[in-house]
Amino acid sequence: MFKNILLATDGSDHSVRAIEQTIKMVSSYKDEARIELVYAVDGDKSKEDVLTYGDSHTATAKRKEKFLDTIQSIENQGVKADITILHGEPAESIIEYANENNFDCVVTGSRGRNKFQTLILGSVSHKIVKYIKSPVMIIK
Amino acid sequence: MSISAIKQQWFGNVRGDVLAGIVVALALIPEAIAFSIIAGVDPMVGLYASFCIAVVIAFVGGRPGMISGATGAMALLMVTLVSQHGIEYLLATTILTGILQIIFGVFKLARFMKFIPRSVMVGFVNALAIMIFTSQFQHFVDEAWIMYALVGLTLAIIYLFPYVTKAVPSTLVAIVVVSAIAISMNFGVRNVGDMGELTQSLPLFALPDMPLNMETLMIIFPYALALTIVGLLESLLTASIVDDMTDTDSDKNKESRGQGIANIVTGCFGGMAGCAMIGQSVINVKSGGNGRLSSLVSGIVLMFLIIVLGGVVVQIPMAALAGVMIMVSIGTFDWSSLRNIHRVPKTDASVMVVTVLTVVITHNLAYGVLAGVVLSMIFFAVKISKVRVLPLYVNEGRKKIYYVQGQLFFASVTDFIDSIDFKENIEEVIIDLTESHLWDDSAIGALDNLETKFEQNGIRVHFKGLNGESSRLLNRLGGVSKSAGH
Repeated sequence: MFKNILLATDGSDHSVRAIEQTIKMVSSYKDEARIELVYAVDGDKSKEDVLTYGDSHTATAKRKEKFLDTIQSIENQGVKADITILHGEPAESIIEYANENNFDCVVTGSRGRNKFQTLILGSVSHKIVKYIKSPVMIIK
Repeated sequence: MSISAIKQQWFGNVRGDVLAGIVVALALIPEAIAFSIIAGVDPMVGLYASFCIAVVIAFVGGRPGMISGATGAMALLMVTLVSQHGIEYLLATTILTGILQIIFGVFKLARFMKFIPRSVMVGFVNALAIMIFTSQFQHFVDEAWIMYALVGLTLAIIYLFPYVTKAVPSTLVAIVVVSAIAISMNFGVRNVGDMGELTQSLPLFALPDMPLNMETLMIIFPYALALTIVGLLESLLTASIVDDMTDTDSDKNKESRGQGIANIVTGCFGGMAGCAMIGQSVINVKSGGNGRLSSLVSGIVLMFLIIVLGGVVVQIPMAALAGVMIMVSIGTFDWSSLRNIHRVPKTDASVMVVTVLTVVITHNLAYGVLAGVVLSMIFFAVKISKVRVLPLYVNEGRKKIYYVQGQLFFASVTDFIDSIDFKENIEEVIIDLTESHLWDDSAIGALDNLETKFEQNGIRVHFKGLNGESSRLLNRLGGVSKSAGH
């Protein structure tokens, strides 16, 4: 049973699907399950957010705020949830975080915001599958 | 600061810092040369500046992992000074800028940066991008198609090479490839050597050769002040971005002082004023640098390369540098501000646009910031000066209550007085200020005025619901003596 689940999200619709499927997966033992959402802020996003919100502290608060609704909706369905914000290149920082902490399973969506990027660069999901030690589930 | 903290900032990440420092040095060279050309000075002035500032900031900066050097924002402010008075005045201005920045740091003026609204900051960044972009047009004047082709090739390599590998900075690859093509094919396009002299020697200490009197001070002070403000603005913005990228805090006042010290040293060694660089700092952190060592390494490697490879550097075609600068301007521009322009409040959007337009028209970033700040203050005053007055009749129309909502101060009192009818046939008026706040002399004056006008028409006035601070102000300024009660 996967109880302690890390769910990598980029805040897109694809991640919403990943969340729905994860909740479905844990529905038979939802009292024991816990979903930790993880969101990575890369350098360009840092620049954009600091310009928009003024400083790092406010930017961090605003990012967490954006995920509050999602966390609320997961908890409404009886599963514990919270959000962790990482800083750095998304794939690298998520892989490092996942391997440093003990998760039963890592879940991620299969596509990002941009199809072109996925095609050329190799998606974050692909790298996650390759380097994360725990079982990885990709939601199509 | 404890020894262990200092050790951590210097040697906590040696491998990452050294590698990132080398990457940054390679990216700094073309930018330092291009920014010198924008300012109208020899390439060495920018290179010495980037060397001195990077090395000094490594020791005295407040934000480890941030890269400082000669920048476009500062170069753009110097153009007129250099063309009218020459390089010696620029060096003196650089030293004065350093002194002013230390004063800003010592008096902890970094906190006043919060009075610069975010839309002004966005406008500043966008204006900077546009100015760097337009400053490249001069290199295209009277040039053949080959110039356009080489610039196109440079940009193509810069943007496409990362898909092959990210281990080598793509700007470096672009410069090497385009230089090799231009030199081997002998196109005869202009190169760095045509723009000024490049000496293969270390910078030497020398004070600016100019008279030290009131007259020179009057010439350089306005430039130094603009450089101080713009330099600190970009440095503290960059520091916040690095804070966010590394998820750590930094000492903004120490950074202000550090920028000052770095500029004084630079001015004494023949370099132009500089500040922190957003683009280079992002490259540094992305390449794994987060300590003081990366800034030191970048400065030393930059100087080493110039001394060893100076003869090759002068052969870099201007087309390659123009391509790099176009990339820098695209990277500097805050594209999300354009994508979201229909979503942000109209006032914020217009502050941003006015900041950009002011800079583009005056060619001075400091004026843009000033215009943006003043316009935001006006918008703020307009926004907050909206006072709502709700009248209500009681006692069969013989008594009237005015409920006042909003801030009463110099900008709002006229509206407030206008919304009250003094000529009605009633006996008593109550002004309910529970949801209001008195801020200044004008507010007290308005209440006095109101009381007098009502009394002239034989109507009694009562004020009620004054909050603590408002009634203290009222007592201090001694208005509305008779009827301020409950």
